[in-house]
Amino acid sequence: MTTAAPTSDATDEPALLAAVDVSKHFTVRDQLGRKATVRAVEHASVALHRGRVVALVGESGSGKTTLARMLAQFHPVSSGEIRLAGHRAPPAGRGYFRQVQLIFQDPFSSLNTLHKVRHILGRVLRVHGHAHTRAEVEEQVLSLLNRVNLTPAEEFIDKRPREMSGGQLQRVAIARALAVRPTVLLGDEPISMLDVSIRLDVLNLLARLCDEEGLALLYITHDIASARYLCDEVQVMYAGQTVEGGPKEAVIQSPKHPYTRLLIDSSPDPDRTGRGLRDQDDAEDLGEPPNLTAPPDGCRFHPRCPFAMDDCRRAFPDRTTFADGQWAHCWLHQHGRSAELDRTTSKELP
Amino acid sequence: MSQFLTNGKVRIGLAVFGAFLLIALIGSWLVSSVLGTDPHRIDYDALGAAPGGEHLLGTTTSGQDVLAQLITGCRGSVAVGLLSGVLAVGVAALVGVTGGFIGGRTDQMLTAVTNIFATLPSFPLMLIVAGYMANVGPVAIALLIGLFEWPVCARYLRAQTLSLRGRDFVQALRMVGESRWRMVLVEIMPHLTGILSSLFLRAVVTGVFTEAGLRFLGIGGGDSVTWGTMIAFAQQQEGVVRGMWWWFAPPGLFIALLGTATALVNFGLDEIGNPVLRHSSRAAVRRATAHMAARRDRTNTVEVAS
Repeated sequence: MTTAAPTSDATDEPALLAAVDVSKHFTVRDQLGRKATVRAVEHASVALHRGRVVALVGESGSGKTTLARMLAQFHPVSSGEIRLAGHRAPPAGRGYFRQVQLIFQDPFSSLNTLHKVRHILGRVLRVHGHAHTRAEVEEQVLSLLNRVNLTPAEEFIDKRPREMSGGQLQRVAIARALAVRPTVLLGDEPISMLDVSIRLDVLNLLARLCDEEGLALLYITHDIASARYLCDEVQVMYAGQTVEGGPKEAVIQSPKHPYTRLLIDSSPDPDRTGRGLRDQDDAEDLGEPPNLTAPPDGCRFHPRCPFAMDDCRRAFPDRTTFADGQWAHCWLHQHGRSAELDRTTSKELP
Repeated sequence: MSQFLTNGKVRIGLAVFGAFLLIALIGSWLVSSVLGTDPHRIDYDALGAAPGGEHLLGTTTSGQDVLAQLITGCRGSVAVGLLSGVLAVGVAALVGVTGGFIGGRTDQMLTAVTNIFATLPSFPLMLIVAGYMANVGPVAIALLIGLFEWPVCARYLRAQTLSLRGRDFVQALRMVGESRWRMVLVEIMPHLTGILSSLFLRAVVTGVFTEAGLRFLGIGGGDSVTWGTMIAFAQQQEGVVRGMWWWFAPPGLFIALLGTATALVNFGLDEIGNPVLRHSSRAAVRRATAHMAARRDRTNTVEVAS
């Protein structure tokens, strides 16, 4: 089993930021003080390359935010390694955060409501030594605001967060991340708290930053449609395990894991004809994500999987790699039953 | 801030508070120049005189002018209150905010110290310590009061800091590499100003009350004059028994007034923080009633006409 995620057109240069076989176990106590371990992420790998967008898709509780927080070094890894430009990442601190920045989900709480945009962005510039004098700060803050399409910038520089809309706030948050001049951006569901009408603008902004400025972006979402719109590569997580990954069209057009299949079928898509509400009922019938303090053995998807067999309960399958760099962890492929996944439409799922 | 100053309760409270501060500041000048006396001077012609004539608020049994004492006492009481308030809130901010922000071992230790101090029976202890020190001045009394007053404030501040620390914006500031000190002083402290000012006002009043209480029980000596000493002397020198109300009632009333003023400011702060508590302004109610009455009249006329 390879550890680094292979991609269809991965270059030889090492990933700007990579998680290699990382796991995260949290210890929690219940009211009686009994210890329990939450296995939030198990043996996940992800690699972020210059100018490319990787989407991390999964339902809530699948461990995608935990993975992002490990990449941001908010949580230390329980096992595995975070690698920055091919080397073991330095400990969390200014040096690391100069490279890696995280955009939070909720722009209403990720900005200090008491300060003006000038202070919020200006402090970052000063802390990182990009600007020293008042004039330099003002000039660079204005250019940052222009970069995130907050125009006229002169009008926004002296606003406070409460005077702005969610979309504008998220742009300020993105500008704050950019002010550090990072090489990697981690977006933790950056559009899920925003009004639907402005989500596309923010997505386009992120896409432009990656294309034009060569940033690497990890885009975390539960919305496969936005992932399809923005990203180059998709990784699907289920209950802390990465189950499938690869170039987005391959993953979305021909999912190689039953869970990806379920996820795609349950997202509304006007292009897919002939499948109506019925599918969604099926999807709901398949049950709930497992409790991560006592996850199912083997492949954690097996209690919900229509193809489950004995091996699934025994062990998590190794990675199977397909032609265009797509890969999946599923026993179907190990047993030569890949065809079943393609043949059955979701209507025939048991 | 503008909301703060337009709130009626806050305005009244601050006005009273400000008036007392002013008296405390210019009190000695007022007594010597305007009244032309001093709080210790004895007028042998008017021992225990009732209010009126030369002594606006009467005199004590030993012939001292009550108004002069009341004005001078304001400085003593307010100074003790302010000093103890500054001390209490200062220590509380240091302990509470540090513990809440840093967390871990430091927090556990600071919380333990806070709890020990909070559970001490403060008034009896203060009595014992002050009694032991004998003849202590107002500064020592203020320090003593502050020392026993901070734990409760510290717990408020720690809880609030804990909640702030968990917010995304603090995480985000960590990500951009902001230093700890600036994070506390520039980013978190401004969120605590409301609670700090309300705690401070309360601490000041508690200080004034406690000082009066200690004085009444005969703790502390010297010739400093405070509202507390006035009441204490009135009781010791049979002013209370002989019904010399002008001697003990004014200082008592002033202490109560100071307490009311702080309570008003704090109610106002509550209303700003929690709009559910807000009452409609009288002017708005009057306008709305007039408007509704006018409409009723109009409909009535229409009905009659048809």
